[in-house]
Amino acid sequence: MKSLLKLHSLKSFLRPSLPSAIAHGLPGRQSSHFTYVPDTVAEAEGETVRQNLFQSINSALDFALATDDSAVIFGEDVGFGGVFRCTVGLQDKYGKDRVFNTPLCEQGIAGFAIGVAVGGATSIAEMQFADYIFPAFDQIVNEAAKYRYRSGNLFDCGKLTIRAPCGAVGHGALYHSQSPEAYFAHTPGLKIVVPRGPIKAKGLLLSCIRDDNPCIFLEPKVLYRSAVEMVPTKEYTLPLSSADIVDEGDDITLLGWGTQVHVLREVAQIARQQLNVSCEVIDLVTILPWDRQTVFNSVKKTGRLIIAHEAPITNGFGAEIAAAVQNECFLHLEAPIERVCGFDTPFPHVFEPFYLPDKWRCFSAIKKLLNY
Amino acid sequence: MAGRLSWSAISVARRSFGLQLRGSQAQLINSRTLSSALGEEQPNFPGSRSKWTEKLEFVQPDLYDGIPVYRVMNRKGEVIDPAYDPKLEKDTLVKMYKRMTMLNTMDRIMYESQRQGRISFYMTNYGEEGTHIGSAAALDDNDLVYGQYREAGVLMWRGFPLDRFMNQCYGNEGDMGKGRQMPVHYGSTEHKFVTISSPLATQMPQAVGTAYAFKRAQNGLCVICYFGEGTSSEGDAHAAFNFSATLDCPIIFFCRNNGYAISTPTSEQYRGDGVAARGPAYGMATIRVDGNDVFAVYNATKAARHLAVTENRPVLIEAMTYRPTLPSHPTPPHTPGEDRALHPL
Repeated sequence: MKSLLKLHSLKSFLRPSLPSAIAHGLPGRQSSHFTYVPDTVAEAEGETVRQNLFQSINSALDFALATDDSAVIFGEDVGFGGVFRCTVGLQDKYGKDRVFNTPLCEQGIAGFAIGVAVGGATSIAEMQFADYIFPAFDQIVNEAAKYRYRSGNLFDCGKLTIRAPCGAVGHGALYHSQSPEAYFAHTPGLKIVVPRGPIKAKGLLLSCIRDDNPCIFLEPKVLYRSAVEMVPTKEYTLPLSSADIVDEGDDITLLGWGTQVHVLREVAQIARQQLNVSCEVIDLVTILPWDRQTVFNSVKKTGRLIIAHEAPITNGFGAEIAAAVQNECFLHLEAPIERVCGFDTPFPHVFEPFYLPDKWRCFSAIKKLLNY
Repeated sequence: MAGRLSWSAISVARRSFGLQLRGSQAQLINSRTLSSALGEEQPNFPGSRSKWTEKLEFVQPDLYDGIPVYRVMNRKGEVIDPAYDPKLEKDTLVKMYKRMTMLNTMDRIMYESQRQGRISFYMTNYGEEGTHIGSAAALDDNDLVYGQYREAGVLMWRGFPLDRFMNQCYGNEGDMGKGRQMPVHYGSTEHKFVTISSPLATQMPQAVGTAYAFKRAQNGLCVICYFGEGTSSEGDAHAAFNFSATLDCPIIFFCRNNGYAISTPTSEQYRGDGVAARGPAYGMATIRVDGNDVFAVYNATKAARHLAVTENRPVLIEAMTYRPTLPSHPTPPHTPGEDRALHPL
């Protein structure tokens, strides 16, 4: 399942001057479709350090290994630090038996990872790209998600976390850009989490690792280097299944996750400036099980909902949210729920800017809902 | 085939041949540095150990006689070479015999129960009693078992009581699995037997992962993973073999080759010399045994366990058995389709 492009991403790490670098958010034609809005933490959170997303993930993994002797981290090229550098330095620090390469086989990684967890150890697996997670689909959907249920709680793999880089990166085309969250959201028994930046990622990843259920942690790869925040150096966790209201507002609710949160925050700013409209921006954070109440409360307040995600619109997770919201908030709605998503095509290469639910498509949806 | 080569000879032939074309490519490049780095005397490509050859020769799959079937007893049940008599205590032997016959009796009752519509599904273990009891008796009772679905004898050996078999098959309130799975999907933490899952081969890479965790925990245990020859066609089987070897896991892969996957004969399942022939290719110690010879299975499993636990290595056992059809069953002999036939769907 490893492709030439995957190799390119590796080379691009080794020789960052290569223009085709997937692992880097290089400027120019491949510039980002969003403006990153960094999170901040209160001074009470203690000492902070400037970190990008891969560094904060590395910090979370470091704590996971330091605080739990049974914890192991593995996947393709994980030993030397991973093609996105998330595991860099960990093998030197914790040894080859705890941080190691596996053969190039995603179904094997998932199956092995489940077995490690069943064997009583904390199991942290890396899929090199979420686009290559599909050979592991059976192990994740039929095995990991159902382990506890089918044994009547005799056996479980709750100590399992699978990390995978996902989403648009500017030049990843159809096999280095996908957002597969909806496939897994159809499976009771899994938890699916998508962080929007370094501060969230560190706390959420540690929560996933310590949660007693198998978790899929999807990391928006475009943020690995481009998202920089002052991240608390201490060990901390953040609650799962808890959405964040990142910008409060009254007129319309904008709901997204991962990179799309930053698109929506910019859209909210444009709407305020150009339309004098107050948008409430929500980061869903956890796709499954999702924080229904926060979303319902917001929609009951604003009466309008736009859901935006990079994955194709048909059967995207936005469809599930729309169905639930209309059921729960029907009499509060001032307009039909709008979804601004990727189109029902493979993820394009040179036409990526036209595929993404960018700020202009989202802004257009706001105008549509206000004029309904 | 003019002259048959031995297994070791062919493995040498295969190794030496594999690099011949690459060798000529290297000569085309004809860089002195490269040539020196690769070695004139012996190639040292990172992915293989071998010799140069100038013969253009394909390695044919039928060049050798195949991996032999290890046995202790002849067809009359007499020990052939006393050196290989496991010399088990009488009590152990009686227990083995009793569990094999009890398994057979339980199968008959449960098979009839299914035919009478009392339970929805059943899978018999006929003809494979020796593989179950022989292997189970050679293990430490705390070694974790990942089964496929036809390993009831292993559970029985470890003392899983008959009423718990019944509770599971009937999905009653006594079922530890809470009535959530179809019959024969047994599981028991007490007996170190991971709950059966219907998808085939998924248990294999999982077993490797647990073996890795055991190795790190230094608990002196190994994992045994049972599977059928049909299951060996799944991608997960490949993944499991390869991961276990590269990650040095204390695991015994126990293949029950009974000749059929539901109704599909081995001739339509694979072309090589069974499942055992794949072992050396993955870098695993491998043995093929007569699965109907309970002592052979016992000896092989005991030796495999020793290798796995003391050297942290995977071992592959291919037990050759035969799954007979029930005399009363309508399907013709030699096409044991009983599994699917017992399925009401």
